[in-house]
Amino acid sequence: MSLYMRQRREGPEGGPGARRAVVDFGTPTLELTTRRLSSRIGVRSLTVTLVMAAIAVMIVIAMMAIGDFPLTIPDVLAALAGTGDEFHRVIVIEWRLPIALAALVFGALLGLGGAIFQSLTRNPLGSPDIIGFDAGSFTAVLVTMLVFGTRNYWTVATAAIVGGIVVAAVVYLLAFRGGIQGFRLIIVGIGVAAMLGSVNSYLITRANLQDAIAVGFWSAGTLSRTSWSNLVPAMLLAAVVVLGSALLASGLRQLELGDDGARAHGVALNRDRLLLMVLGVMTTAIVTAAAGPIGFIALAAPQLARRVAGTAGVGLASSAAMGALLLSAAHAIAVLSAMWFLPIPVGLVTVCIGGTYFIILLIREARRHL
Amino acid sequence: MPATAALAQPPTSVEDVTAAPQFLWRRRVLGLVVVLAALLAALFLSLLVGASMKTPAETWQGLVHPDGSEASLIVWTLRVPRTVLAVVAGTAFAVAGALIQAITRNPLADPGILGVNAGAGFAVTVGVGLLGVTGGPLFLWIAFAGALVATVLVYLIGSGGRGSASPATLVLAGVALSAVLGGIGTVMELFDPDTFRDVRRWGLGSVVVTDLSGVELMLPYLLVALVIALAISGSLNAIALGDDFATSLGAHVTRTRLLGIVAVTVLAGGGTALTGGIAFVGLMVPHVVRWFTGPDQRWVIAYSALAGPVLVLLADVLGRVVVIPSEIEVGLVTAVVGAPVLIALVRRKKASGL
Repeated sequence: MSLYMRQRREGPEGGPGARRAVVDFGTPTLELTTRRLSSRIGVRSLTVTLVMAAIAVMIVIAMMAIGDFPLTIPDVLAALAGTGDEFHRVIVIEWRLPIALAALVFGALLGLGGAIFQSLTRNPLGSPDIIGFDAGSFTAVLVTMLVFGTRNYWTVATAAIVGGIVVAAVVYLLAFRGGIQGFRLIIVGIGVAAMLGSVNSYLITRANLQDAIAVGFWSAGTLSRTSWSNLVPAMLLAAVVVLGSALLASGLRQLELGDDGARAHGVALNRDRLLLMVLGVMTTAIVTAAAGPIGFIALAAPQLARRVAGTAGVGLASSAAMGALLLSAAHAIAVLSAMWFLPIPVGLVTVCIGGTYFIILLIREARRHL
Repeated sequence: MPATAALAQPPTSVEDVTAAPQFLWRRRVLGLVVVLAALLAALFLSLLVGASMKTPAETWQGLVHPDGSEASLIVWTLRVPRTVLAVVAGTAFAVAGALIQAITRNPLADPGILGVNAGAGFAVTVGVGLLGVTGGPLFLWIAFAGALVATVLVYLIGSGGRGSASPATLVLAGVALSAVLGGIGTVMELFDPDTFRDVRRWGLGSVVVTDLSGVELMLPYLLVALVIALAISGSLNAIALGDDFATSLGAHVTRTRLLGIVAVTVLAGGGTALTGGIAFVGLMVPHVVRWFTGPDQRWVIAYSALAGPVLVLLADVLGRVVVIPSEIEVGLVTAVVGAPVLIALVRRKKASGL
């Protein structure tokens, strides 16, 4: 394995040491080459990704100190390291660590799913929460919980994934008219989401009171119910999704060039697109099954990451890091609000802040078209 | 289909729009007969159908001889108020939809989709939470004000502050605004779930009322708005040709738009204040009506006023029967019926132009 680092405006290396002709990509890049695989990573986006991930981790560690039983940050770190007070270890490891991990993992998943769909639709608005896939997952979850009365994570997660995929397929088929056009897909998605929203409202208002209260808080999207028992299966599924996305990432880059370009570069177009869609739906389904629908992170993370990292397209890793950062920040707001004020589900924080961002995005888009 | 063909071809002069060929006149008369027959049938069903079914003869007796019998009590205290409200709300939403589609030249426009319901719902949440309003005229006025602000806001967002908004952007702006307002409203509901449960229920869109005081309060404003709508419908035909063309034809574009938006806000806001918001009526009705009338806005608006109640009445009747003895709110029924219409519209080739 060899590692190159190239700086901007560096002349092409022609000396005897150079192994091949070097292309100037305009930005500093790291090149990672093994015998079978080579990949190029922009230095800036790599740095930004790592910095965002680090900030996210710091936020959730800080939030582990806050709660009904306040701890100091050294206490938390000691408990995480396995030393320190026994009681502190129980609080941190058993109660607060799953929630902290959920903020990171679910945020990253949402960012990843948003990046996949925004790349596939080549549209910043084409994220699963706008196209209504999470509404499909949520309907399936509601039916499972209220009609069949089970809370088992695997059952709920399977229902969420199946529901999401079915709705995705329906939306795609309805929007397909000799090809998929971004806005048509989004409007069809909004229509389908409106129907499912009605079904969801009906199910919630007609459920018995106890179920409705449990589902009501959860339906806004909350991390506070996360425990090891539902986090572990969610993380196993998340690992599958991350692995799959990493393998398909290069194909996704090619798909952004358009169908013909991608085909010319040897991408198995329909197979890759189908697999990517399934992975993208899985990201929201995993989160929805464990935490309820958490909106607008999938929409905002890839766009914010793109701007911070200064890349032309939507990057998967940087979007995931930004998603983790956003959900951690929203989690921090929810935790602080619970301490000073009243408990707010994290999904409401993301809807209020993310929705406002969405409105700003629309205004900018409208200005550009004039 | 000739009417769709006429829609697909952008009109190039006012005569193209207003001078209807012979077949269109026949179609309009036929349409009027169909709409009136449907309205009568829907009214009849709305009085007849419900959890406790009476025979048509009993219902009729109860209606014309209010003598305190069980049938007449059911008819006069349950069925008549909701039927009247359904008619009023249906007309309000359908005309509001037809107007906003013409003003924005946007076939996807609908007061519900554009966030008017969410605005009213949010205002009501604030009113209930901060001012302790639980009913009466003030409740209606607060809902009305919320709807008004939301309409203006969505229009400003969708147009980026100037010019006219593209169809899809306007829809997205409405969805975004609904999401944010709904989110903030839900946060407030967490303070005090008991108080707000009724607000949430109200927001689903229902025509179930026991007296008509609200309708009496709102009716004068709705009627004025309806008259405005009919009065500007001729100028709206000119606006369909584009702002510049309309100006050169002598239409007061800005004045017409302004009046139109006032009428839309009053109609949609009043309808939402009374019912909690019934989405997709304003989207569906004008499109169905155009089948019969062609693109002439004067006819579209007049027919929408008659056809809107048919849809709301039938949706309400449907909501009463599918889960007997319980009921589904009419707003949920119209969303399930109306969303496919939205999808069908964007699938159509000329979805972006009207």
